[in-house]
Amino acid sequence: MSGAVVDPRLSPARAAPKKGLSLSWSDPRFRNIVWQVLILGTITAIVWYLVQNTSRNLAARRIATGFAFLGRTAGIPIGESLIDYDPAINTYGRALLIGLLNTLKVAVVGVVLATIWGTVLGVARLSKNWLISRLAAVYVEVIRDVPLLLQLLFWYLVLQGLPAPRNSFHPLPGVFLSNRGIKFPVVEWEGPFWWALGALALGILGTMAWSRTAARQQEATGVRPKVWPVALGLLVGFPLLVWGALGAPFAVEMPALRGFNFTGGATVSPEYAALTLGLVVYTASYIAEIVRSGILAVPTGQWEAGGAIGLRSSTVLRKIVLPQALRVIIPPMTSQYLNLTKNSSLAVAIGYQDVVSIASTTLNQTGQAIEGIAAIMVVYLAISLSISFLMNWYNARIALVER
Amino acid sequence: MKRITSLGALLLGAGLAFSPPAAAQDSGSATINTIKSRGQLVCGVSTGVAGFSLADSKGVTQGIDADTCRAVAAAILGDANKVRFVPTTTTNRFTALQSGELDLLVRSTTWTLGREGNLGLLFAGVNFYDGTGFLVKSAAGVKSVKDLDGATICVQPGTSTELAIADYFRLNKLKFTPVLIQDLAEIQNTYLAGRCDSYSTDASGLAAFRFQQGPKAGEHVLLPEIISKEPLGMMVRKGDDKFFDLVRWTLFAMIQAEESGVSSKNIDEMLKSTNPDVRRLVGTEGDLGKALGVDNRWAVNVIKGIGNYGEMWDRTVAPLGIPRGINNLWNKGGLHYPPPIR
Ligand SMILES: N[C@@H](CCC(=O)N[C@@H](CS)C(=O)NCC(=O)O)C(=O)O
Repeated sequence: MSGAVVDPRLSPARAAPKKGLSLSWSDPRFRNIVWQVLILGTITAIVWYLVQNTSRNLAARRIATGFAFLGRTAGIPIGESLIDYDPAINTYGRALLIGLLNTLKVAVVGVVLATIWGTVLGVARLSKNWLISRLAAVYVEVIRDVPLLLQLLFWYLVLQGLPAPRNSFHPLPGVFLSNRGIKFPVVEWEGPFWWALGALALGILGTMAWSRTAARQQEATGVRPKVWPVALGLLVGFPLLVWGALGAPFAVEMPALRGFNFTGGATVSPEYAALTLGLVVYTASYIAEIVRSGILAVPTGQWEAGGAIGLRSSTVLRKIVLPQALRVIIPPMTSQYLNLTKNSSLAVAIGYQDVVSIASTTLNQTGQAIEGIAAIMVVYLAISLSISFLMNWYNARIALVER
Repeated sequence: MKRITSLGALLLGAGLAFSPPAAAQDSGSATINTIKSRGQLVCGVSTGVAGFSLADSKGVTQGIDADTCRAVAAAILGDANKVRFVPTTTTNRFTALQSGELDLLVRSTTWTLGREGNLGLLFAGVNFYDGTGFLVKSAAGVKSVKDLDGATICVQPGTSTELAIADYFRLNKLKFTPVLIQDLAEIQNTYLAGRCDSYSTDASGLAAFRFQQGPKAGEHVLLPEIISKEPLGMMVRKGDDKFFDLVRWTLFAMIQAEESGVSSKNIDEMLKSTNPDVRRLVGTEGDLGKALGVDNRWAVNVIKGIGNYGEMWDRTVAPLGIPRGINNLWNKGGLHYPPPIR
C-alpha cells in the first residue's frame, strides 16, 4: 500500500465525531442490528416450530424418540470390527462406534493409497514415453466415466471369484487368498514391542533434530553432512536394539484352515478390500488430473532454469517443480479426500459395515429414523471438518511467504 | 435412493400436520377416504420373492403378499386390480409406511413387540406363519445348524432374521461371521459365489430362492432346524382404527370363506345360501360391511377377485413346494382361526 494517499475520514482531526448508537432508523448500525435480530429470530422461530411440530406428530403417531436406544443392547451381528463386540452384551452406541472406526479405516487407508497411486498416474501422464502417458490417459478417462457403485460391485465380484478356502491361493507361507478374503500371519504382540515402539518415537525425534542441524550446517558451510546413516541408526537400529535387549520375543500366529474357515492370523475381508480398492482406483483418477494440472501450472521456465544450472530433471521435479505445484494441488486435493470419505458410504451395497450401514440397521431395528440420520450427519460433518482443518493448516504452512 | 426419499417424506410428513382429506364418501377412516378418492390402494411389497411378490413375464406382481394387498383393494374399491405396488427393501419398509408413502405394507414382515411398540405401526393379521431357516450347499455335507460353528452366514440387515441368528448362536455357544447385504439379488449372488457357507432368511424365502434356481435347486438343502417364530403379515399406521379393522377382517373373511366352503367358483350360488354364517359373510344378511365403512358386498368382491385363503395359497405359495403345514385352517391342524363373522 502506498502511504501517500490517506482517506481523509481516517485522519483523527477530520473523522466524524464518534456517536453512541442512536435508536433511529437513519443510523445504519441500528438498522443492521434490527435486521439481524429479525432474521435470527425468524429462523429460530421456524426451527423451533419444526422441532416442536415434529416431536408432537411423532408422539401422536407413537413413534419412539430420543437417544436412549444408544444405551440398549444391540443384538445386531457385525461382520468385522477393530474393537471387541458381542451383540448380546454391547450396545447400539458401541455398534455405531464400530461403524465409525470402520469408516475411518477405509478413509485413512484410502486417502493414503489414492494419493500415492494418483500421483504416480499424474506424473505418468506427463511422461515423455508415449506408451506410458497414453496408458495413464486412458486409465483416467475410462475410470472417471464408470459410476463408482458399478466399480465397487465389479471389484466385489472379482474378489468373490477367488477359490474357496480349501483351494485357496497360497503364494507365501501363511498367506492365503480365498473368497473369504486375504489371510496373513501376525506377530503376537508382547510387552517389548511397546518399548521398541517408544524407541522408534525417540528415533523419529532424533532424526528430525539431526536433519535440522544438517540444514543449518549446509547454510553455514555449504556442505551438507550425511543424514541417512544417522536416520537408519535411529529409526531401525535403536528400536531393534531395545527389542533385542528385552529378549527379542517373536512368535508368529499362522492362519490355518479349520472346518469352514481359517483360524488365527489376520484377515482382510473381501468387503473391505473391494471397497478400498474401488475407492482408490476411482479417486486416484481425479487425483492424477489434479497432480498433472498442478505440475503444468508451474511455468516451463522453472524447468529450463533448473536444467540450465545443471540439475537432473528428477531433481528439478522434486526440488523445484513439486514444491510449487503443491500450492495449486492442495485445495482441490482436499475436496477429493472429502469425496473419498463420503463415497465410502456406498459400502452398504457390498456389505461392508461402515457407519451408514450400521446406523441404518440400527434405525431399522429401533425405528428411530430421525435420530439415526442425525447420527450419520454428525459423523460425516465431524470427519469432513477434520479433513478440511488439517488440509487448510497444511496449505497455510506451504503457502508462499510473500516478502 | 429410495431410502432417502422415504426418510425425507417422513420428516416432511411428521413436520406437517395431517390435512383432512376431501371426504366424498365418508367412511369414518381417513385412510379409506384417501384410497377411495385416489381410486387406488398403495401397497408396499418386497423387491421380488417368488410366491410372495414377484413380477411375472407380463409385469404383473404375483404372490401371497401381492394378493393380500389386492384383497384389501377389492374390499374397499370393489376391484382387486386397483393397487399400486411399491417395492420396499428390508431397511426402508417401515419409514415408507410411517411417512404415508404407503397405505399398507405386506412384505413378509414379522410381527414383533418391538416393532409394534416403537414404530408407530400395527400388525393387522398374519397371512403366513413362517420361521428362520438355513440353506447350505449340498456339497458341504452339513446336516444341522450345529455343524455351522465358525461358518460365514449371508443375511439381510435390518431383519428379524439377523437378530434371531445372533440369539441362536449365542445360546448354543456357536460362532459365526455375518455378511450383511441389503439388496436381495446381491446377497443371494454372494451366497452362490461361495462367500458364505449358508444363506439365512424366512424358510419361505429360502424355498422361493431354491425354486428360482430351477434345475440347480438340488445343489442346496434346507437344514432341519427352524430357529424362530416369524409370523408374517400386514402392517398399517397407528391411529386409524377403522382401516386397521378393515385390513384385519379382509384376511379373516378369506380364511372364513375357506372354512365355510365359499370360493371364487361358487360365490354366485352362495349369494342364495340359507346358511346364516355364509349369508353374513356375503352380506345378504346384516350390515357388517357398512360397520366396517365399506360396501356390504365387500367380502364378495374379495372372494370374486382373489378367492378364499386356500385358493390364494394354491395359486401363489404351493407351486414352490411349500407344504400347507401350520398355515392350514385350525380344524385341519393349522393356526388360521378366524373369529366369528357376525
Ligand atoms: N421376516 C423378516 C425378514 C423379511 C425379509 O427380508 N425377507 C426376505 C426373504 S423372505 C425378503 O423379503 N427379501 C426381499 C427383498 O429384500 O426385497 C423380517 O420381517 O425382518
